[in-house]
Amino acid sequence: MQVPEDLRYTPDHEWLRIEADEAVVGITEYAATELGDVVFVELPAPGMALEPAQSFGVIESVKTASDLYSPAAGEILTVNTALADKPELVNEDPYGDGWMIRMRLSDPDGVSASSERLMDAAAYRSLIEAG
Amino acid sequence: MTYGPHTSADRQHMLDALGIASIDALFADIPAQVRARGLDLPPPEDELSLARRMETLAGRNRVGPASFLGAGAYRHHIPPTVDQILSRGEFYTSYTPYQPEISQGTLQTIYEYQSVIAELTGLDVVSASHYDGGAATAEAALMTVRQTRRDRVLVSRAIHRHFLDTTTTYFEGGRLTLEELPTLADGTTNLEALERELADTARPVAGVLIGQPNAFGILEPMAEAGRLAHAAGALFVAVVEPISLAVLASPAEYDADIAVGEGQPLGIALQYGGPYLGILAAKADLVRQVPGRLVGRTTDIEGRRAFVMTLRAREQDIRRDKAASNICTNQALCALAATVYVATLGPHGLRDVAALGAARAYELEEALAAAGAPRVHDGAYLNEFAVRVPDARSVHASLLEHDILAGLPLADWYPDDPQVRDALLVCATEMTTSAEIERFAGALRQVLA
Repeated sequence: MQVPEDLRYTPDHEWLRIEADEAVVGITEYAATELGDVVFVELPAPGMALEPAQSFGVIESVKTASDLYSPAAGEILTVNTALADKPELVNEDPYGDGWMIRMRLSDPDGVSASSERLMDAAAYRSLIEAG
Repeated sequence: MTYGPHTSADRQHMLDALGIASIDALFADIPAQVRARGLDLPPPEDELSLARRMETLAGRNRVGPASFLGAGAYRHHIPPTVDQILSRGEFYTSYTPYQPEISQGTLQTIYEYQSVIAELTGLDVVSASHYDGGAATAEAALMTVRQTRRDRVLVSRAIHRHFLDTTTTYFEGGRLTLEELPTLADGTTNLEALERELADTARPVAGVLIGQPNAFGILEPMAEAGRLAHAAGALFVAVVEPISLAVLASPAEYDADIAVGEGQPLGIALQYGGPYLGILAAKADLVRQVPGRLVGRTTDIEGRRAFVMTLRAREQDIRRDKAASNICTNQALCALAATVYVATLGPHGLRDVAALGAARAYELEEALAAAGAPRVHDGAYLNEFAVRVPDARSVHASLLEHDILAGLPLADWYPDDPQVRDALLVCATEMTTSAEIERFAGALRQVLA
């Protein structure tokens, strides 16, 4: 199970890739595997303001539907429109083409340190190993 | 005599376990003055005298009047095939299947219902049905809100009053607003007012709901209303009468995003309050917003055709509070009635029903106008229209004495509208005879004299 070192992780299994004052958000390989085949991803319109842990969309698999939660505060810049036609990208490439939103971070410095809400790879790895 | 299965020893055992002295103690929270104190029933009767009593009561029903009442519930001939198939135990006794895929027959009837409505409306997706036209209308309004992420819905004041009431109830207590659009003297919705409201960009509109035919029986400029709605980024909802779709442009032809309506005219008997049938159809891109169940067709592992519940993640047992709807019991038996009705009549038969109703309505218009009750609105109509009479309520009551049910006094729906306060909404269907129309016109002459 891949858990890339350069990302931050939430307890809800989203990842955050920080790029200066912006960040890309998706769900982890662990989450994608647990969900099973993803059949639909509902994403919001760009411009939406987000609070940490706020629901910004829904991911639907053959088994269930789950909310997507924002890892940090900020504003949505773009969403991955490719998922509308190819939701399976979430299963095939969760850390790459399966990304969901790009956001501008309200507090870029605040998200870089590992915390309970935003873990580093080691902390997230022990979370999923604990089951 | 008691019909309960428990003996008094059983009851005492349960009371002891609960540590209370009597069953009444369970109801102690309910104030004594509002508690029932037993039922005041007459002494028992034998079967024969009970049957006589019920026959006497049934005899007080007025079944004689020639009815010109429509107003959302329409009298049509129902071919015997409908009841014959409905009353099969496999359909009649089953509830929503909890292991749906084992009930292939039930799923197939729902799939066929969806296909019939898709053909009538021209739209891509049809729900497995809703309680009634009002519930379907309210659900459509909420679909526009979810899809556009806007909070304001505009509805013509000339959609069916009960549908508007239901939608208002659904919109109560939240952030959503529902605003009524006025009508013009010809009975159509005021599109200039619509355009004005849509131009208010500070309060963007999610959806526009208009009836076809509307509550006055008048045909609306649907294509133009839809264009205006779409230009403002709003969705367009057509509230339709299903039999009219056999002769009028389909919702798809005038680019409606959603079509809803009351399915009762399709082979469902007139009865107090239902059970009726809520129809809801939508364009494919709205499929995730469609409330309630959807049945899809697929193949099983052996490659045979099979029916399944599909897109289940919209539903309340999976999405909980984020479900597309939590008021989405379907009316499978009524949907089956509609399916059998349409299949029995076929496309030509359905067109005949619509066209015959329109022809009888024209005959009715001429007869009533000659008797002193001209039409209120000059917009085009299909088989229902409003006529003006002095003091509509008392004329309505007097005509009932002549065994004529003279439609609906529109003051019931629009008490504050001077144009229709003294109007009767009357309709004709293929069941209306020329003799009945003559009787109506003759009685009206006498009443107005």
